[in-house]
Formats: sequence, structure tokens, C-alpha cells
Amino acid sequence: MTSGQPSVSPPIPSQRDPLLWVALLGIAAVYVRALAFTPIEARQGAAQKIMYIHATSAFIALYVAFVLMAIASALYLWLKDEKLDRVAESSAEVGLCFTTVVLATGPIWGKTIWGAWWTWDARLTATLFLWFIIVAYLLLRGAVEERGRRARYSAVLGILASFLVPFIHLSVYLFRTLHPMPILLKPSAPSLPNEMLVTFLFSFAAFTLLFLALLRTRYRMATLRDWVADREQERA
Amino acid sequence: MTDHAAASPPGTLAAAWLVARKDLAIEFRTRTAFLSALVFALLGVTIFYFAWDATAVAAADLAPGVLWVIFTFAGLLGLQRSFGSELADRAVDGLLGAPIAREAIYLGKALANLVFVAGILAVTIPAVVLFYNLPLGAGIGALAGIAALAAVGLVAVGTLFSAMAVNTRMAELLLPMLSLPFFVPVVMAAAQSSARLMAGRPVAEAWPWLRILVAFDIVFVTACTLAFPFTLDE
Repeated sequence: MTSGQPSVSPPIPSQRDPLLWVALLGIAAVYVRALAFTPIEARQGAAQKIMYIHATSAFIALYVAFVLMAIASALYLWLKDEKLDRVAESSAEVGLCFTTVVLATGPIWGKTIWGAWWTWDARLTATLFLWFIIVAYLLLRGAVEERGRRARYSAVLGILASFLVPFIHLSVYLFRTLHPMPILLKPSAPSLPNEMLVTFLFSFAAFTLLFLALLRTRYRMATLRDWVADREQERA
Repeated sequence: MTDHAAASPPGTLAAAWLVARKDLAIEFRTRTAFLSALVFALLGVTIFYFAWDATAVAAADLAPGVLWVIFTFAGLLGLQRSFGSELADRAVDGLLGAPIAREAIYLGKALANLVFVAGILAVTIPAVVLFYNLPLGAGIGALAGIAALAAVGLVAVGTLFSAMAVNTRMAELLLPMLSLPFFVPVVMAAAQSSARLMAGRPVAEAWPWLRILVAFDIVFVTACTLAFPFTLDE
């Protein structure tokens, strides 16, 4: 990057990402379909519609964003490529949004279905601690000035976190099985009727697209930020 | 220590022992951190007693939770100091310049922290038994075993995060924020297994929890030892 002549134009043109607009349109379409064109579930009533945002967000937060963060962290320590650090950073931040959506919509659903805002079920607890860890990860990034050190520290935390989540899940599971509670089990997902399944898959596709679009936007921001930092360093 | 000065550099374990001895010597001569953490733990034990209605909740039901929560926070005080003490006059440069493996620095630091934490537990557990009137007979040996396993897990993760947190802008706040999520399985397993022992249940009932503790120790001692060199500046 520093080939004598400092480059003037940023590495990325600053324009809106069309993917983001497509994703947002998709989400809007999912809402319309879920609210107006999908039948109301017999036992749970209208509350079940929260599934289309809750379950998809949960899947993306846990199995896409978090896994991507852990893998990018591990690869960073191996390859020392700044791009991987930016992927991990962006994935963590976008993942935090999705995890927050999960934790916000879950209690609303839970209150109507289980009669309780919160239960210390294995999955709920693991998600809550995942949220805490991602917050800590982002706070750690914010607290380290030097870029290389910031990348190494957060990569170490990202990898260790991926070891931790199974342990939390396992211990809470054991906790629960030794102390059974009355209304705890989630309704064992019966096979969805076709109309609901289509809405669900549609929602899934829209949220995946939204995740990718946000990830790319956030990644570009990180690239620009590092580029600006480089220019400032050159001038100093 | 002098016999190593001229001879070839020590092996990893010998070097780790030297690092641990250095830290323990500093701690033994000043004693500030240990005494503060100890008094903090004892104060915590007494304060917790009054946070519950003693007529409504049996002391034996409170004791395990109190013990492990207090232990976690007192342990954090010690972990803070572990790498914090290397900041003054850039003492850490001396460690990094020494002809020893990076892993040895971690293991030595962790060993010193383990002694620190074990010292706190050695006073806090009897204090809890005393203040909460626990009928602890044969279970004391098993409880010591649980304490040892929990201490190893706590120290393994805490030492690594101490090395990281000390180089950040908000070390005192960041260490608990990084460490506490990792202490959840440790505290849960330690509290659940010791609750069964303190209630006079057979050791076999605590066995599933002990397995989690052992697995946690193995995974995180290994992972943290391997990860530690990445937390040092090249």
C-alpha cells in the first residue's frame, strides 16, 4: 500500500450497496407474507408469527456469524492477513445485532407460549452468554489501540469463545436435567404445514441476504477506516 | 537461581518454575494483593449471609453459591496483579528477553496464580464451613478436590486474559468482562458438585459435574498455553 506515492482515492468507492436494498426489500416482503398470507397457527395463535424473525435470526447468529468469527479468528492467527481480522470484526458486530434480535423477540414469544419471559434452558443460556462474549469481544477491540495487537487479542478471544459455548450448553443442559422444571421444553417442532414452511424458508433466505449485505457494508467500513489510519500515519 | 545464569537456558518446565518463583517471591515480600483478596473474600462471605433471610433459606443451601461467587471475584483480584506487576518499568521486557519459551512464561504465571488462588481457598472454605455451620466430615477431601479442579480452570483462562487486559485502555474493567463468561461452567460445576457434598450426598452424585470440570481444565489449559504466545508483542 505504501509504494512511495500515497494513494489519494480510497480503495472502495463510497456508494450504497445494492445488495442491502435487495435484502431489505426481501425482509419487507417476508413480513407481508407472514402477516397477511400465512395461516395462523392453531395452538399458539398469532404469537407463532414471531418465529419467522426469531428462528431465522437465531440460526444466522449462532451458526453463521459466530462460526464465521471463530474461523476467521483462527485463520488470522495462522495467515496474519488483515482482511481476515476485518471479516471476524464485521461478523461479530453484525452477529451481535442478530443475537440481540433473538434475545429481544424470544421473551415476547416465550411469555405468550410458556407463560414466562425467560427460562434457564440450555439454548437460551448459551445464546445469552454468546451475546455477553460478543459484547466483550467488541469492547476488547475498542480498548486496544495498536492494530496488530488488536487483531491478535481479538482472534485469541474469538477462538476461545468457540470452545466455551459448548461447555456452557453442556453444563446448563446437565443443570436442567438434574432439576427438571415444569414448563420448559419448547414445543417439539411439528412438521410445518406447507404455507408456513414456504414463509419460513423465504424468511430464511431474506435474513441470510441481509446478513451478507450488512457484513459486506461493515467490512467495507473497516477497510476504509484502516485506509484512513494508514494515510494519517503516512502524514505523521 | 544463580546456577542458571551462566549455564544453558532452562527447559520449559524449569523456566516456568523460575517465573512462578519470581512472582511468588514478589507476592510473599509485599503480601498486599494476597491480603487484600483474602479480606475481600472473608468480607464477602459475611455480607452474603445477611443478603438472605436466614430463617427462610437454610445456610447449607446458601453456602456453595456464596463460596464460588466469592472465590471468583477474589480470584480476579489476584489475576489482575499477575501481569499488572510486569508493567512497572517495563519489567515484562526482561521476561520476553529471557532465553525461555513463551509458553514457560504463561505456565509460570499460571502456577503462581494457582498458588495465590489456592491460598485464598484454603482460608475461605473453612470460613464458609465455620460461619454457615456446615456439617462437613468425610466430604472435606472431595471438596478440596473440587476446589483444585475449579482453581485450575479459573487460573488457566484468567492468566491468559490478564496478559491481554493489562495492555488495554481499561484493564480493570475488561478482565472481569472477558473472564466471567468463561467462569460460568466452572462456577456452575463447582457449586453444583459441592452443594451435593455439603448436603451429605454421595460423591457419585457429583460425578457428572466433576467430569465437566476435568474436561474444562484439559481443554482450556491446552488452548490457553497454545494461544498465549499470540498475546505477546513480537
